[in-house]
Amino acid sequence: MANALDPHAAIATTATGLTDGALRTADGRPLVRALARSQSLARRRAFLLVLPLLAFILITFVVPIGQMLQRSFYNDGFSAHMPQLSQWFADNPRGVEPDDAAWTALATDLQAAAEGRTIGIVGTRINYDVPGTRSLFTSTGRQVRRGLEPPYQAALLDINEDWGSPQLWSAMRNAATPLTGNFYLAAVDRSRADDGSIVQVEERQQVYVMLFMRTFWLSLVITAITFILGFPIAHLLATLPMRKSNLLMILVLLPFWTSLLVRTTSWMVLLQQQGVINDVLVWLGVIGGSQRLQMIYNQTGTIIAMTHILLPFMILPLYSVMRTINPSYVRAARSLGATSWTAFRRVYFPQTLPGLGAGALLVFILAVGYYITPALVGGSSGQLISNMIAMHMTDTLNWSMAAALAALLLGAVLLLYWVYDRMVGIDNLKLG
Amino acid sequence: MAVPTYATPLERIWHYAYLVICGLIFFFLIAPIIVIIPLSFNAEPYFTFTDRMLSFDPEGYSMRWYRSLLTFGMQNPDATGWAFWSDAWQNANWVKAAKNSIIIGVFSTLLATVLGTLAALGLSRPEMPFRRAIMAILISPMIVPLIITATGMFFFYSNPCELLGLVGLPTNCGRLAGTYLGVILAHATLGIPFVIITVTATLVGFDQSLNRAAASLGANPRTTFFRVTMPLILPGVISGALFAFVTSFDEVVAVLFIAGPEQQTIPRQMWNGIREQISPAILAVATLLVIFSIALLTTVELLRRRSERIRGVTPR
Repeated sequence: MANALDPHAAIATTATGLTDGALRTADGRPLVRALARSQSLARRRAFLLVLPLLAFILITFVVPIGQMLQRSFYNDGFSAHMPQLSQWFADNPRGVEPDDAAWTALATDLQAAAEGRTIGIVGTRINYDVPGTRSLFTSTGRQVRRGLEPPYQAALLDINEDWGSPQLWSAMRNAATPLTGNFYLAAVDRSRADDGSIVQVEERQQVYVMLFMRTFWLSLVITAITFILGFPIAHLLATLPMRKSNLLMILVLLPFWTSLLVRTTSWMVLLQQQGVINDVLVWLGVIGGSQRLQMIYNQTGTIIAMTHILLPFMILPLYSVMRTINPSYVRAARSLGATSWTAFRRVYFPQTLPGLGAGALLVFILAVGYYITPALVGGSSGQLISNMIAMHMTDTLNWSMAAALAALLLGAVLLLYWVYDRMVGIDNLKLG
Repeated sequence: MAVPTYATPLERIWHYAYLVICGLIFFFLIAPIIVIIPLSFNAEPYFTFTDRMLSFDPEGYSMRWYRSLLTFGMQNPDATGWAFWSDAWQNANWVKAAKNSIIIGVFSTLLATVLGTLAALGLSRPEMPFRRAIMAILISPMIVPLIITATGMFFFYSNPCELLGLVGLPTNCGRLAGTYLGVILAHATLGIPFVIITVTATLVGFDQSLNRAAASLGANPRTTFFRVTMPLILPGVISGALFAFVTSFDEVVAVLFIAGPEQQTIPRQMWNGIREQISPAILAVATLLVIFSIALLTTVELLRRRSERIRGVTPR
């Protein structure tokens, strides 16, 4: 008997002895099986309650995002409408000069695309890689519709000598397969050279890496400022008696409940050169009437407005952790001879770390993806990566590029979300 | 929070400095919201206090921006009496936007609240399988940057059946983009995390033996839910619903991407106003929205206290 002293083991043994090998329920079924059955029934019931919402979120949220991200590595704008030339590229490796067959394929495809009115799509796809080529395709399309005589090389070069450009042929080769990693290369300021190697783009075109860095840097700055401003407030609210702190809490919750656009608007009004803050500064004599500060439509504006908007997300988790900290620890530290600063640094502050982690991660996650506030108050130097995604979606219509940038941003956010779930647990998310 | 009797003079000074700092931070939080209220009554088209406003001259204040909210888009703003109000109700742009916002908000809130509450009930059961992973998926609309969500929805809602082609079904079943249904579905998706969070938080303190007591007294599951569970979690459900409504009422990015000109909402109208030519009329809207959010905050706060009282949970 391995466990002779355990009374449960003894009872189990007795019970087993009484009923030929297994415990049974009142109606005679083995208890193990009855229990498993009722548990799986309970599991299924719980899952059925969640199922409608899970299906809804999968269909209206997860699938659409997946579909959008597919565009970042799949673009058949060229290959679907230029089948013969795409085939030629597949048959001939990089480095082979376009021969007669290639020019014939190009001419036939151009004619077919011009007839089918899909030449714009083809041109748009190449235009992503070689800016300014969309008009080359559309204008050539207009001319080939009137007819084109062989030899095609001469005929096409006659229409526009840009058709001989190696850069154009390289771009067409890149676009000839619908699966491509080029948009991701572009998203990190790289491109494929004419010989297929990966090179950095020209200095004046390097925007995306800088924008990603700026987004992360500004988010860090905003997280740091919300911490500096949020910590004293959360501490005050947590140490005041309940009645007073509930009253002051309203001052934190009111901004939280107020429309985002309203808060952004009021910062625009306050920070303008002819706005309230500049007026007050001039009136106080801090600055002269002619040296009004430019505090909006730049990074300063983005930082101030976003700090204000995200501050409650720092205060609320900090507050709920600080409420649970027992004040007698600090008193004990003081009675053992610690100065108030040592007691704070060694005893109080370490206990607030869970709240700090939760708040900082939440603020950082929300800041990284912010769109509305930078778009309205950011000017050109305060734009974040979200604004670039929006620009590609609505202005340049380079949807694959938007999808590639979105994929990188989403990857970063999901990584942070995962860390948040590990560290804090999503269940502990609190909203006021 | 008073200064302890053993505090040194330096600590006393620091304590008062600390209170002043806290006061300044509270000022930073609340001042931007309060300051637009008097500015919206400005008689001049400026965004700052005029001299006449500062000297409390009644001439410096006016209701002109509130009037311009009503008359903007009206066919005959000079009419009087009944004709004026019926014209405003039918044609004024901001009134139309408010109607759209309320329609979209109410329906998306209903959808989010019903689905979210059911799911929260399931998620709160200890036997729920894959609880953590499913919870992470359901909360993700709140975490994923809005611009990514809106971009995904833009493609999906222009042709929602595209993926059916993979299993050989017809791929053309109309558009959701530019319809009320599309915006309602999108806003429901965005509001669901808030419902889940508030309702699961309410269910944490829920005593399961109450359900068992009801069952042992002969109530069937339906009666148990509507007579025992529901009344107890109702405050949580209502605050979740209010959160979902506010989310929809304040949402502009998804609307910009998937709504058509018919679905002009208040935030979208504000967005256009701010981007094009910001006029103090925007401040009048902002003031009305601030009053609205004060009302909502009060409701939620009262609900929270009621919920704590009836469940016997002491305040945090």
